[in-house]
Amino acid sequence: MVEYSELSEAWEIVRTQFPLAIWETVYVTFLATLFAVIIGLPLGVLLVTGDKDGIRPLPSWLMKLINVVINLLRSVPFLIVIIVVFPLTRLIMGTAVGTAASIVPLTVASFPFIARLVESSLREVDPNVIEMAQSAGADSWQIITKVLLPESVPSLVANITIALTTILGYTATSGAIGGGGLGKIAITYGYYRYKYLIMIFAVILLIVLVQIIQSSGTRLANALDHRLRK
Amino acid sequence: MIRLVDLSKTFTSAQGTVEALKNINITIEDGDVFGIIGMSGAGKSTLIRCINMLERPTEGTVFIDDTDLSLLSKRELRRVRSQIAMVFQNFNLLMQKTALQNVCFPLEIAGAAKKDCEEKARQLLRLVGLEDKESAYPAQLSGGQQQRVAIARALATDPKVLLCDEPTSALDPNTTNSILDLIRDINNKLNITVIVITHQMSVVESICKNVAILDNGEVVEQGAVGEVFAQPKTRAARALVYPESSQESAISLEGQKLIRVVFNGGEATSEPLIATMASRHGILANIAYASTRTINGRVYGSMLLGIEEDKIEKALAFLTESDGITVQEVSDNG
Repeated sequence: MVEYSELSEAWEIVRTQFPLAIWETVYVTFLATLFAVIIGLPLGVLLVTGDKDGIRPLPSWLMKLINVVINLLRSVPFLIVIIVVFPLTRLIMGTAVGTAASIVPLTVASFPFIARLVESSLREVDPNVIEMAQSAGADSWQIITKVLLPESVPSLVANITIALTTILGYTATSGAIGGGGLGKIAITYGYYRYKYLIMIFAVILLIVLVQIIQSSGTRLANALDHRLRK
Repeated sequence: MIRLVDLSKTFTSAQGTVEALKNINITIEDGDVFGIIGMSGAGKSTLIRCINMLERPTEGTVFIDDTDLSLLSKRELRRVRSQIAMVFQNFNLLMQKTALQNVCFPLEIAGAAKKDCEEKARQLLRLVGLEDKESAYPAQLSGGQQQRVAIARALATDPKVLLCDEPTSALDPNTTNSILDLIRDINNKLNITVIVITHQMSVVESICKNVAILDNGEVVEQGAVGEVFAQPKTRAARALVYPESSQESAISLEGQKLIRVVFNGGEATSEPLIATMASRHGILANIAYASTRTINGRVYGSMLLGIEEDKIEKALAFLTESDGITVQEVSDNG
């Protein structure tokens, strides 16, 4: 049975610490996703355009290398990534711990994932439409900016939504070693101090955040998709 | 003028090499509507893509007026391509752009100002009869309307040549006719040279002035549509012009011999041939099969007559004397 004193103590912690924790989780998630997209989007474009059937094929050894590196980065567990990029984090942020500092390992861990998502979005674009652009005299840059990217906007939005929810999950892990947010609260109170009520509440909030992001992302992707008759 | 000179294209893959095009020579005059017809797999798509160098020919080259396209740099080639517009079987519209934005696309590529693009695009949408659809997305348009948008788009850069790759193959017969009318109109009004790739005889019949028949990567016949269709010389041409004639081999009549009568667009059809044969010579012909078509007001086609064996000589003599037809006895029926 949960005693009243336990409940009121838990509520006190929720009331004082959760607003900041939610804010930290949200801004870390969105900033890390933004930086991961900044790196991952061009990389994803390269994976499609540099392919041997792409609009500007690159040497096959280079493409193989890029693919291997992406797969390699994607297979490293996130906890290891955090530790491995410590020096990089310190270089960029001045410190390796803290909420803001956790953006660095999150970005490193998620840009290869984003690159793959972008790749799959761009591959959905009808090759015949790309041929049309070529027949109209478009160069590679114009094909990327006026055909590939604009035509795959709904798919990109849907895929970046998936990335957001995944990265939100990662923030809980980064909370374990210095990052802030709901994940940190869940671990500090729930795991280290056996305050399960707080842990459960933090987890419920994470679930709610994922639901909100996923449903608004899906709605946005549909709203942007003109292939649907509306 | 467009000249394809000794053009060959070979595809090499792990499975071996495929000669898609063999030594093609075609000359297309300015303002012509030129049809390239062939069965699927004949090399039509490869051929039309060689004309704007989307496919590089393995040998030979393409001249547009006096420009040898195979000698151009990538940049120069892109500039020339804006003069050779293309219309596709599946329209290939940008699905996330409105009709107006789609028509603007080639102009944007060429670097025109947005305001000029839109003005020109509106004008072209009016030309293809879609002025009220400028803000519709392709998914909201019918197939025929989508092809109209694609045609308007192709005309945006005032091209000299319009390449049409199976432009009506994805459309129903009525829409096909309206799209063909539009292409004919464009050829008349704007004097754009049109090259149409198709497997549909009706397309060539209805809009083309000249035609080349492509079979297995080779041009087997070419010339004015009337001439080529009147007397298809090769097996491939006959199969295209009279697709039903492949059924002939299934026909055999007991105790009778078969005679093929080919109408060459002369006066033959104004005289009741079969009736005359019956009333004057007492030869009763059994029409086993017939397929005729009218091109430019003249009748072309073939007919397979079953005639009793003992009257066959008489029948042949009569038919051979008739004007405007050629006759041959069908031996072994195949």
